[in-house]
Amino acid sequence: MLNRRVFLKSSALAMFGVGAAPHWLARAAEGTESRKKILVAIFQRGAADGLNVVVPYGDPNYYSLRPNIAIPKSDVIELDGFFGLHPSLSALKLMFDAKHLAIVQATGSPDPTRSHFDAQDYMESGTPGRKATLDGWLNRAIPPEKGLVSPVRAVSLGANLPRTLRGPNPAIAVSNLNEFQIRDTQSSNTFEGMYQGTLDKVLKNTGRETFDAVKILQSVQKQNYTPSGDAKYPNGRFGQSMMQIARLIKANVGVEVAFADVGGWDTHVNEIGQLTRLLSEFGNGLGAFYQDLGDRMQDVVLVTMSEFGRTARENGNLGTDHGHANCMFVMGGDVKGGKVYGKWPGLEKEQLYEGRDLNITTDFREVLGGLVTRHLGARNLAKVFPNFSAPESILQIIA
Amino acid sequence: MKNKLAALMALASLATIPVISARPDLFHTKLDKDQQILHALNRLSYGPRPGDVTAVRKIGLKKWIDRQLHPESIPENPTLDARLAPLTSLTMTSAELTQNYPPPQAVVAIANGKMPLPSDPQKRAVLEQLAERYKAKLEKKGVEDSKIPSAEIIPMTDLLSGAEIRTMRKGTPEEKTKLFQSMPAEKLQKVVFALPQGARRGLFPYVPPEVRRKMLEASAPQQVVAHDLSEGKLYRAIYSERQLDEVLTDFWFNHFNVYLDKGADRFLVTAYERDAIRPNVLGKFSQMLQATAKNPAMLWYLDNWQSVAPDAVGMRGPKNAKRTRGLNENYARELLELHTLGVDGGYTQKDIVEVARCFTGWTINQPYRGGGFQFNNRVHDKGEKVVLGVTIPAGGGIEDGMKVLDIVAHHASTARFISRKLAQRFVADDPPAALIAAMAKTFQTKDGDLSEVMRTMLASKEFWSQGAYRAKVKSPLEMVASAVRATGADVTFAFGLANKIADLGQPLYRKQEPTGYPNTSAEWVNSAALLARMNFSLALTQNKLPGVAVDAKRFEGDPASVAKLLLSATASAQTRQAIERGQAAKQDSAAIAGLVLGSPEFQRR
Repeated sequence: MLNRRVFLKSSALAMFGVGAAPHWLARAAEGTESRKKILVAIFQRGAADGLNVVVPYGDPNYYSLRPNIAIPKSDVIELDGFFGLHPSLSALKLMFDAKHLAIVQATGSPDPTRSHFDAQDYMESGTPGRKATLDGWLNRAIPPEKGLVSPVRAVSLGANLPRTLRGPNPAIAVSNLNEFQIRDTQSSNTFEGMYQGTLDKVLKNTGRETFDAVKILQSVQKQNYTPSGDAKYPNGRFGQSMMQIARLIKANVGVEVAFADVGGWDTHVNEIGQLTRLLSEFGNGLGAFYQDLGDRMQDVVLVTMSEFGRTARENGNLGTDHGHANCMFVMGGDVKGGKVYGKWPGLEKEQLYEGRDLNITTDFREVLGGLVTRHLGARNLAKVFPNFSAPESILQIIA
Repeated sequence: MKNKLAALMALASLATIPVISARPDLFHTKLDKDQQILHALNRLSYGPRPGDVTAVRKIGLKKWIDRQLHPESIPENPTLDARLAPLTSLTMTSAELTQNYPPPQAVVAIANGKMPLPSDPQKRAVLEQLAERYKAKLEKKGVEDSKIPSAEIIPMTDLLSGAEIRTMRKGTPEEKTKLFQSMPAEKLQKVVFALPQGARRGLFPYVPPEVRRKMLEASAPQQVVAHDLSEGKLYRAIYSERQLDEVLTDFWFNHFNVYLDKGADRFLVTAYERDAIRPNVLGKFSQMLQATAKNPAMLWYLDNWQSVAPDAVGMRGPKNAKRTRGLNENYARELLELHTLGVDGGYTQKDIVEVARCFTGWTINQPYRGGGFQFNNRVHDKGEKVVLGVTIPAGGGIEDGMKVLDIVAHHASTARFISRKLAQRFVADDPPAALIAAMAKTFQTKDGDLSEVMRTMLASKEFWSQGAYRAKVKSPLEMVASAVRATGADVTFAFGLANKIADLGQPLYRKQEPTGYPNTSAEWVNSAALLARMNFSLALTQNKLPGVAVDAKRFEGDPASVAKLLLSATASAQTRQAIERGQAAKQDSAAIAGLVLGSPEFQRR
């Protein structure tokens, strides 16, 4: 809060008018011509079944543990001779082949909890086992900045600011670009004047930041948006979130970190149909984002996570219960992709975590740590992930 | 042009947010009489209604405060009683809640014949229909199961005429209300079930509360509980005459925070607030502490119900027979850090472990059936413990935990920590040390009597000083409740307001972290939240919030007097000028009123 800086004096924007092309804003915001690196984090809430997402078809135990819900070898999208993607994830295959998608299997949070609540909390705060942490790793990962910063540098798509974006750096929650405004222009102007004039310093500053952010987002909103290339975002909230993030990135308004979530992964019953639907929305959303950004993916890394995985064995209701390790996707221009990372822990009974779940061989912070240091350029990883000191084991996933 | 811009931006970059605090000497500067009344209403209630300042002046400020400290002596507002009456879940036990408002899993269990239907004929009818709908859904998905007979859902067109369906979709609010009022009970129940879920939600503000409950039940019975909690809280904040009691219930619930969406807490929070928090807010701190420690909502939220002695072998988890459990420190840690001593209160990690050992066996009898507190001696750690230097001898049972509560409730750090937190809520973000010391002294000499601690604070010069006056930014709940009170709005559907409070950043009963919401202004000052406040203000005064009716005639007249009506004080020159410019730009009186509620002044209390 204390170091919050104002990106633009509102009068500067007023001078140019709201409808002006926003590109100059970005150059101005950055102070240089260079483009900033962008990190996008996606949370799959409810604990996705990683074993049916990145399928270990080469492990015969997978089929014996899941006689009714395993993805047959003939159906998977081949990756590397051992793993294959769920058939609904064809959109990701293109990126994998272009070496822009890396996959980490058997990763997750070392905390043993199987509570959605606690596990999401820990994964968002970045401090497994520690409940008192009030801010999130994604907020702490935002690079320190001495110069001008954009009021929209950290954005979450959704009504509430998620745990992971809370913290010392300003961040905004936008459920919809179109809603981030005061619809009646006259009231908006009057409010702006009122907050400009007030002697209440705290509210004056926040008022100025607010109207700066409104102007920037509305200048983006006012331009018609057609996704590039053949990008087709799926219907539904997730597709919309991905499109709005792409739109903000391409508008060059200074976004550096973005967050979106997608729910419904808690597949205790009749998993097959649900996962087919969820994964096609998920995969197609990520695929459209990749297509839409095109060359701009050079600046972007997107990472997906889910609070824990699901039981290795199917349950009695054609579903799976709360488990442990899961998979993560990392996509972007400077990702060393086309590879499934992580040591495979095996699915033999004694190899399973507590005799029931896929074991974790890569701490999720070893994945995120690589992105934070190598992509966002953080020097002090301990600031982002306190009490996690394993720099030698950080996954070298960014070129 | 580019240079000019660069210069402007360089200038702007210097601006930073100052720390929100008052200058210490201001805590010695007195308020005048009118300021005192307004200050008391802003701090000890959810904001003045039109006429409140006059009323307090009439009975006398001292007497008004005294009555607020004895809420049982104040006759309750009949409007509040009428609003609360339909919210029947608020008076049920946790066990009754699990039976009457079962979770989706219970519906599935009933559909599969694994669980009996409830005996109450009305609840039975609801669950029968839910189970049937579930079966129909399975059938649609192609799941065949011989145990599940097929079910029939009546299409809407068999129930209502084309004209009636049109009214329901596109009619005016009055037409919609009338249509639902005219339906016979049996038909109404069928219509409610035939409606798509989204349509039900859209109709919420226009139907009588009883029908709204049927609609909620048809979507998911469990939601009724959360819905009633939020509505109840808002109706009380807006309508109760016992305002300090409500402000304190909010304060102490937040102090002993639990999170509604954590598993069984969906059923347990109602009784927690009603039985552990509310009766104790002006009583002894030690009693409230005990009540929270033994309450299933807290035992569940901070996992103590699963905490067993490390050597209690063969302990089995409820779901997985193979899972062994051990000591869980969550409650112990938060008890010391957040509930009593404070993070700098002088305890060690060793103390946390010892406290956790004392609380082993404090558990819940069948949490998912709303069972109560239970002490399970079999899994209690019976060894000797040393807590904050006090030896608790080996061989103890439930009294180990009681002893810990006694030690921490009477600890000097607790007296300071609680006093500071109260002063932070009622006086200023960074309250003066002398005030905290005076309150802490009362806390210790009066055995943690919270009413006495409040009296010390309310007798202090700091409370009635310029340093405290308007020094706090309202929380979203305070903002929304005070705006509704200032406009004298008639609220018949408070859930919409609860959603607005969530938009402003404070979802009620849904603060995940055990810290509760921060007590300080900085939490609420950010772009998205400020924008949401402005939009809420305009929507309220322009009558755009369904179920919240504002009499727009109140806002007619010159902007300065409208501002005075809503602020119960004269607006600042800057705000008046801005509003006059708005009026010159032909903004109507409702919009002007919205501008007042969205002004910097109204964000403070």
